[in-house]
Amino acid sequence: MLHEGNVVVQVRDLYYTYPGGIEALKGVNLEVYQGEVLAIMGENGAGKTTLVKHFNGILKPTRGQVLVKGIDTRHASVAELSRIVGFVFQNPDHQLFADTVYEEVAFALRNFGYPEHVIESRVKWALNLMDLWKYRTRSPFSLSVGERKRLTIASVLAYDPEIIVLDEPTAGQDHLQKEKISEIIHLLRLMGKTVVIVTHDVEFVTEHVDRVAVMARGKILAVGPPQRVLCDPQLLREARLVAPQLVKLSLILRRHGILNEGEYEWRADKLAPKLIKVLRSGADGGSPGI
Amino acid sequence: MIVRMSRLSYRYPGSEDWVLKDVNFEADAGEFVLLVGPSGCGKSTFARVFNGLIPHFYGGELVGEIEVCGMDPREHPTYEFAECVGFVFQNPENQLFFTSVERELAFGLENLGLPREEISRRVEQALREYQLAELRDRSPYELSGGQQQRLAIASVMVMQPKILVLDEPTANLDPFTAVRILALVRRKTIEEGVTAIVIEHRLEVALPFATRMVVMVNGQIVDDGNPAEVIARQKHVVGRPQALELVERLIQAGLSLEVEKPSPEHIALSIARAYKVGEHAARRKRGSPG
Repeated sequence: MLHEGNVVVQVRDLYYTYPGGIEALKGVNLEVYQGEVLAIMGENGAGKTTLVKHFNGILKPTRGQVLVKGIDTRHASVAELSRIVGFVFQNPDHQLFADTVYEEVAFALRNFGYPEHVIESRVKWALNLMDLWKYRTRSPFSLSVGERKRLTIASVLAYDPEIIVLDEPTAGQDHLQKEKISEIIHLLRLMGKTVVIVTHDVEFVTEHVDRVAVMARGKILAVGPPQRVLCDPQLLREARLVAPQLVKLSLILRRHGILNEGEYEWRADKLAPKLIKVLRSGADGGSPGI
Repeated sequence: MIVRMSRLSYRYPGSEDWVLKDVNFEADAGEFVLLVGPSGCGKSTFARVFNGLIPHFYGGELVGEIEVCGMDPREHPTYEFAECVGFVFQNPENQLFFTSVERELAFGLENLGLPREEISRRVEQALREYQLAELRDRSPYELSGGQQQRLAIASVMVMQPKILVLDEPTANLDPFTAVRILALVRRKTIEEGVTAIVIEHRLEVALPFATRMVVMVNGQIVDDGNPAEVIARQKHVVGRPQALELVERLIQAGLSLEVEKPSPEHIALSIARAYKVGEHAARRKRGSPG
């Protein structure tokens, strides 16, 4: 559930210019609420990854402010913020380095100074959760891409951060791996985590997130529930996003008078019964529209 | 047939297991073949057979019959396929080498030993066609992901290959850019009769362009045919876009729909047609005397 009072990340008028001079963020304002699943969407180069890298202090604001659980990231170390914000990168190979799967997960816990018996039980828990305990003695690099992705999630979950950032979790994943990632996000939700997903995958977003922030050219164009944001053709065009398939389809059906203005569904199991009714009533001589 | 493979099997050096098992595959000029299957099923290995990277670069054992552009890759070195087969990888950075976009495009042509005028004619044409003219002096490494991928395809297409093999060409691109890249490939298949073999997980992105879909599981081709029909049979393996699920539900309910292509736009239009036919019939029914 969303509690608007509980803001865990507050971004205020954030500007960021890369050392090379490229201005990647130009006045971003965003609040992330405790326990929500938030997607950040936008075309390549919109500034999505630059924004989330501010959440754990990898990047510091050029201007403006980012507060994570009330801590100003300019005055906190990455190590400190990492305990609150766990980061799962798009390419797991940028993150993996240990000799064994077990050590990969244990590493951060050792760094945070947990006693060995706690480390052991945490590693076991996280690896079991991601269905990787059976590989604990293997090299991370002997795993498949999907398994490596799950391993990076396990190493983040093991130290129990409150906020988890997933950068493009579904990119290059096959159908079954995507289902697995859906399950993981559902699980994180049940655990009460706050989840921020950077993604292009509009179909995935319609099913799994509470709110979507749409970015373009270093700014946030809109934030809101996917029902509103992803059904706004003008906004989608401006952000160069592609509408979910059935939204696209619904828009055309509206133009033909088959659906009423403002009416859409993005799940086939919801849209099908509506259409069946309209098409049948049309054939029986009933009134058009629903 | 520009590609013919029969009972083709392959295993990597030092491995007992066959990665490709008894593969039978043929492709004709102008086809856009969408190749899908779970990660690790052998798709990428299969793609590397087309230009002889397998077995020349990877080694291993390739048995069975194979003919690509009239040549057996085992009997001809990879460079002889350069004019016939173009190959684009998931990560374009891995195949861009030069200091400028223009140099990148000219390199392969110089290697072919073409006359100056012909090289410059083809480079100019590619700069125009792939909207790279303004970037001609830029370093490929400064380009965005979408621009890099356009350049990678352009630098392959200047060689005027008859077959284009793309291994997850859009995995790192936003949907908008991904659709543009695949539309470009589709145009080449229509206008120049190029055969495209495209590996892509995101069906909603690739389906509107595919003329044929091939599913590989565990090194074997388990399905091959009309994309919508293949998905209906293989949805447990490859997933099913919402728009096709909608079609299936409507057909199950007894509505007759003729869907030309599995894109949301085409499906919406076929629903609109069915609606009009129904309305028309109803009007006639009402109009006819008791």
